[in-house]
Amino acid sequence: MSEIVPPEVRPKPVVPAKPSHVAPHSSGPFVPSPQGTGGEGRGSALLGYIGIDTIIEQMRKKTMKTGFDFNIMVVGQSGLGKSTLVNTLFKSQVSRRTTSWSRDEKIPKTVEIKSVSHVIEEGGVKMKLTVVDTPGFGDQINNENCWEPISKYINEQYEKFLKEEVNIARKKRIPDTRVHCCLYFISPTGHSLRQLDIEFMKHLSRVVNIIPVIAKSDTLTLDEKTEFKQRVRKELEACGIECYPQKEFDEDMEDKSDNDKIREAMPFAVVGSDKEYQVNGKRVLGRKTAWGVVEVENPNHCEFSLLRDFMIRSHLQDLKEVTHNIHYETYRAKRLNDNGASGGNRKNTD
Amino acid sequence: DNGKCNINVKTGKIRLFILERKSLVANLEGYVGFANLPNQVYRKSVKRGFEFTLMVVGESGLGKSTLINSLFLTDLYSKDYPGPSQRIKKTVQVEQSKVLIKEGGVQLTLTIVDTPGFGDAVDNSNCWQPVINYIDSKFEDFLNAESRVNRRQMPDNRVHCCLYFIAPSGHGLKPLDIEFMKRLHDKVNVIPLIAKADTLTPEECQLFKKQIMKEIQEHKIKIYEFPDTEDDEDSKLIRKIKEKMPLAVVGSNVVIEVNGRKVRGRQYPWGVAEVENGEHCDFTVLRNMLIRTHMQDLKDVTNNVHYENYRSKKLAAVTCNGVDATKNKGQLTKSPLAQMEEERREHVMKMKKMETEMEQVFEMKVKEKKQKLKDSEAELERRHEQMKKNLEAQYKELEEKRHQFEEEKANWETQQRILEQQKLDASKTMEKNKKKGKIF
Repeated sequence: MSEIVPPEVRPKPVVPAKPSHVAPHSSGPFVPSPQGTGGEGRGSALLGYIGIDTIIEQMRKKTMKTGFDFNIMVVGQSGLGKSTLVNTLFKSQVSRRTTSWSRDEKIPKTVEIKSVSHVIEEGGVKMKLTVVDTPGFGDQINNENCWEPISKYINEQYEKFLKEEVNIARKKRIPDTRVHCCLYFISPTGHSLRQLDIEFMKHLSRVVNIIPVIAKSDTLTLDEKTEFKQRVRKELEACGIECYPQKEFDEDMEDKSDNDKIREAMPFAVVGSDKEYQVNGKRVLGRKTAWGVVEVENPNHCEFSLLRDFMIRSHLQDLKEVTHNIHYETYRAKRLNDNGASGGNRKNTD
Repeated sequence: DNGKCNINVKTGKIRLFILERKSLVANLEGYVGFANLPNQVYRKSVKRGFEFTLMVVGESGLGKSTLINSLFLTDLYSKDYPGPSQRIKKTVQVEQSKVLIKEGGVQLTLTIVDTPGFGDAVDNSNCWQPVINYIDSKFEDFLNAESRVNRRQMPDNRVHCCLYFIAPSGHGLKPLDIEFMKRLHDKVNVIPLIAKADTLTPEECQLFKKQIMKEIQEHKIKIYEFPDTEDDEDSKLIRKIKEKMPLAVVGSNVVIEVNGRKVRGRQYPWGVAEVENGEHCDFTVLRNMLIRTHMQDLKDVTNNVHYENYRSKKLAAVTCNGVDATKNKGQLTKSPLAQMEEERREHVMKMKKMETEMEQVFEMKVKEKKQKLKDSEAELERRHEQMKKNLEAQYKELEEKRHQFEEEKANWETQQRILEQQKLDASKTMEKNKKKGKIF
């Protein structure tokens, strides 16, 4: 494996007094063997402190040294606030803001792919964040197949990774440029999804993790927001589009309940801003209009904090895992099958 | 005389200024009463009622229906008669809805033309075509009505104003916006609006407006220009309006209470965006301009500029049909009857030509078919001959074989007979020998 995949940080029940409560942890090898050696009842009773749980600490140290890669792609029509949102998410000027567009740069005639990388650090953990922007998407009069350059780019990244993997002399740590997450910006019309949105998501939901967000949601009142979200969810279901987190990959009940809560709240209605204003004595990020200040991090105003917690604080690793274990593997299997090559020696998935 | 003749090119009106004639500026020595003229005009128009056609164009979800409801304070699109936005259209449709509203004794027949499906598909090329066709058809109707013999009833269904809704991206115009406005600016009065303006902060709004005006000038799009008036006050107002173009509007018909006042607006968790507050959005400016001050001017411009453009283009095209253009430059007034005769003649000629062509084609085809049939006949004959020959050859072979067979048979028979003879002879000699032996 090129990436260290630390298990989810959850307090594990170590020595089961009541053996039936031991949750079988699927990603780790800590399945308690029913025939405990010398133990009474099920589960291995440890006769002393061994120190197995320090593996978490060891993994953490390793990860801190090597750092993470995270690649996020933002797709949406121009003017929906993509760059602003990415800047707000990562609290730094990660993305060049297009309000400072000089007039010489017209809207590109075809969809371009621009990627910008930054290394940001927090609490000793370094993260190499790559933001892939897609200017020109959906801006033309004729938008047929405007998702093709994007699809090509994603597959190219998979191809690069595959090539590195298949090499005889592999690098110790393959640089991961695969797109882990694709934020799709829905225009806040208040009615329903546009044809272009449905087409894009249909083509790409099986290739990459798509998280739909409602852009510029300060246009919608609360009622309009809930109605719009319901309608969008229904439409996505009707078209058979599975956004992240996908139902089929829920591993256990805990996962399922967590993810169900998230799925109920999706798509997130967000507002982005990198300007600060004073509200009630506090400095908050927000947008100041003539009738009030929209606070970005206030959960009553918009769902930005939900999105951030979901994407970064709880599911960042999961996004990477799903990309690696599922989307990438699907691509790989297809490629190797097409080639008819002897990819059989690597049949076992990691 | 010291007269000055002023021909206003735009309206074709001729104004005569008579300067300083000593005794012509008559001082009225009593009340004559023609100051009542405007009132008469007014009363007549009020009786007749007014007509106004407004077209709204923009992508779905930009708040067009809500704005119309707010402008005219009626629920044109209510819950039980949902507007086009609630129904998803696959192609661009042009729908019109008429409503008769009365205020202060004046009645207005308001026609709203909506264009659901505009800009909503993945491929939006030519989505402006249905709109152009609609506008042209209304002009044509009016032209025909004008040219009729009995002109008493001339309903004016021409589109007087087109409100184009721009999505509040904050960047600039989209290629679709530019294309549409370029194609429609010489057919109808285009007024661009920034929809859902409560998305933008005041600074963003300013930047956006500047950007849009720059692009409009760059692409030489002629949006509706407010007429210059001599009145100082009015011109100040007009200048203010011009600075605010394109107008950023917010629409709402929901009444909310703010600080004890009842206002129409949109309720957000962080405040209420008031529709009629000049600092929040330009809705009041739009309403005043559209309804209270410039409605008549919009109609005039439509009649005098856009309609005349259409008319001259149409009639020039008709008279230049097949005739040298330079000859008929001055004769724009060809009688429609003669025109129709010509057209009929042309049509008949065309038909004749088509007929002869078809006959020719038919002949050719018949010839070809005949040729083919002949060829196939010859082919069949040949084959028949060959088969016959084959058969004969086979027959001959068989005959020969039979001969051979017969010969062999004959030979064999003779041989058999010889053998038998020999046998008989042999047996006879044996008997003879036996007899001989016995005798011995």
